[in-house]
Amino acid sequence: MSTYADAFAAGPNAAWLPELRKSAFDRFTALGFPTTRNEDWHFTSVTKIAERVFKPVKAGKNTLSTHDVEQLAGGESDWHRLVFVNGKFEKSLSNFAELPAEVTVATLQETLKESPEFVAERLGKLASFDAHPFTALNTAFAQDGVVIHVPRGVVVDAPLQIVHICDEKAAGASVHPRLLVVAEALSQFTIVENYVAVGTPSYFVNAVAEVEVGNGAIVNHYKVQRESTEAFHVGTVQVTQGKDSVYHSFSFATGAALSRTNVYTRMLGEGAEAKLNGLYLMDGTQHADHQTFVEHIAPNCASRELYKGILDGTSHGVFNGKVYVDPQAQKTDGKQTNHALLLSEGSRVDTKPQLEIFADDVKCTHGATVGKLDQVGLFYMKSRGINAESARALLTYAFAAEVLETIELDALRVQLEAHVFEHFVRQSQE
Amino acid sequence: MLKIENLHANVGDKEILKGISLTVNAGEVHAIMGPNGSGKSTLAQVIAGHPGYEVTSGSVIYEGADLLALQPEERAQHGIFLAFQYPVEIPGVTNAYFLRSAYNEIRKARGEEEVDPMDFLDLMEQKIKLVEMDEAMLHRSVNAGFSGGEKKRNEILQMAVLAPKLAILDETDSGLDIDALRIVAHGVNQLKRPDNATIVVTHYQRLLNYIVPDFVHVLAAGRIVKSGGKELALELEAKGYDWITEAA
Repeated sequence: MSTYADAFAAGPNAAWLPELRKSAFDRFTALGFPTTRNEDWHFTSVTKIAERVFKPVKAGKNTLSTHDVEQLAGGESDWHRLVFVNGKFEKSLSNFAELPAEVTVATLQETLKESPEFVAERLGKLASFDAHPFTALNTAFAQDGVVIHVPRGVVVDAPLQIVHICDEKAAGASVHPRLLVVAEALSQFTIVENYVAVGTPSYFVNAVAEVEVGNGAIVNHYKVQRESTEAFHVGTVQVTQGKDSVYHSFSFATGAALSRTNVYTRMLGEGAEAKLNGLYLMDGTQHADHQTFVEHIAPNCASRELYKGILDGTSHGVFNGKVYVDPQAQKTDGKQTNHALLLSEGSRVDTKPQLEIFADDVKCTHGATVGKLDQVGLFYMKSRGINAESARALLTYAFAAEVLETIELDALRVQLEAHVFEHFVRQSQE
Repeated sequence: MLKIENLHANVGDKEILKGISLTVNAGEVHAIMGPNGSGKSTLAQVIAGHPGYEVTSGSVIYEGADLLALQPEERAQHGIFLAFQYPVEIPGVTNAYFLRSAYNEIRKARGEEEVDPMDFLDLMEQKIKLVEMDEAMLHRSVNAGFSGGEKKRNEILQMAVLAPKLAILDETDSGLDIDALRIVAHGVNQLKRPDNATIVVTHYQRLLNYIVPDFVHVLAAGRIVKSGGKELALELEAKGYDWITEAA
């Protein structure tokens, strides 16, 4: 803990929002890292993060090319792109000049210079750090990030991709990326966040995103977490939704030794819709924890959640889906589904749905399964001449494909389908 | 082609097949009839290699070799095909990909060249006409959201593409309306060759109006209690099963 105090005191750019940072750091000091006694962290021990001393990234010149970025993160030529390498914005790798003129996209550092009041009014307002030590830590230590402002009624066709790359220079270091999205009424916008690595350095990424979805606005938010398998990743997305707004989130995770992905949405306006889906593939000794929290505050809102996990080796998956229905939130329609497929004897999954319903006229369901491959399906495939290995791989792919099909951004869906297909099917044919 | 001798099979501790003997030669169509629970579907599944059944005694010789020693996929690669009573849904895998994988694995097992996706599509488009299915079905997930009739037609499409030596149709007629039944039967008849054989497992005589058997066997309580020509099926239709099962 004292190492964080030293680091905070020596903070290089503590000049901006000093009060916010100070209170965030104080809160972090008071909370400390969560232990498994904390209900929200019952199945995930962060001892490995707490015991390490992560330093700031050593300054160094970026050696990656645009081609490298494309190889690592994928994407289409018409996508707008911001690239951060080891937490530092790389202008030469980024290209978002083609965005509509009304839309403002800039780094956090730049926005603090150009329109500090815009940041001061919003940063930390959605993502409360009161009960969230990692969010407090991010707020105290964030060096940079992205600020997106889409004004009323503006529809942006091509997605904005934010790529976070860590390489060997990040070994032993921590990075705290920040994202602030303000999508005003009736605007439409798609964000793709990629977290990737060159090689297998061990580092710690602690990301926080705040997303404000205005009345009637539509935001699609995709997160692809393919960190180094030696890395640690904690990410929190906090959303607020206005009347008739739509927020779609998809979390894809294959990376990190230990990861925790939080997606929280607060439905404040009537008629809002949230769709929170995810897929994680774990192997070896990896640990992936996904937590969702859907707060139905206004009436007539709908939420849909589908998370799937495929676990091999001695990996461990956790899914904790919380749904809160406020007394005012009548006619809430909530559905949460979580399925895990265990490919090995040593893998395991803990699932914990939590429904807190205080309104009486609501429809809320949850369902969870943990199982092995369907024997009937395997026999069906084998009875057609398909070898046992291929049949297993194909059925495993099929399990994943069902949730990948919900990705509306075609190029990303195709990319992730190919990735998962390669992972299971090609492997089995070698 | 197929010689079954004194076959006994269990599910768990329960004996379902209690000594079945049956010989099927190339070019023949055999109908296996019988009341529910007689063991008809079990016989079909045991021939295909379903892991849920344990063969406790007896033998199944297929083309001169011990069929029971082979894995289900090896049986398929040697030309055995089972049209499922309840075809399995595989969301996420397209019909085209699934069938191409099966087709190529069978070719590979026989030491033949694999077929590329374009050539295979041509083959599928040709075969799909046989079962009067929409080509769009090729690009949908295997059986996912298909109606009962579509699933059964899809089974016959798979059979047409994989061109088995021994096809077993397990209650393919159940749940089909008369038009679908006619299409399915037409498909099966088109695939008949002097060097292949078909076993039709059914509860009702109706299907046998369209697929005319050379032999009819009546199964009751795990044994074949009567065998005869196609006229036996008509007799069963008129009199029901009781007169045979009681006599046995």
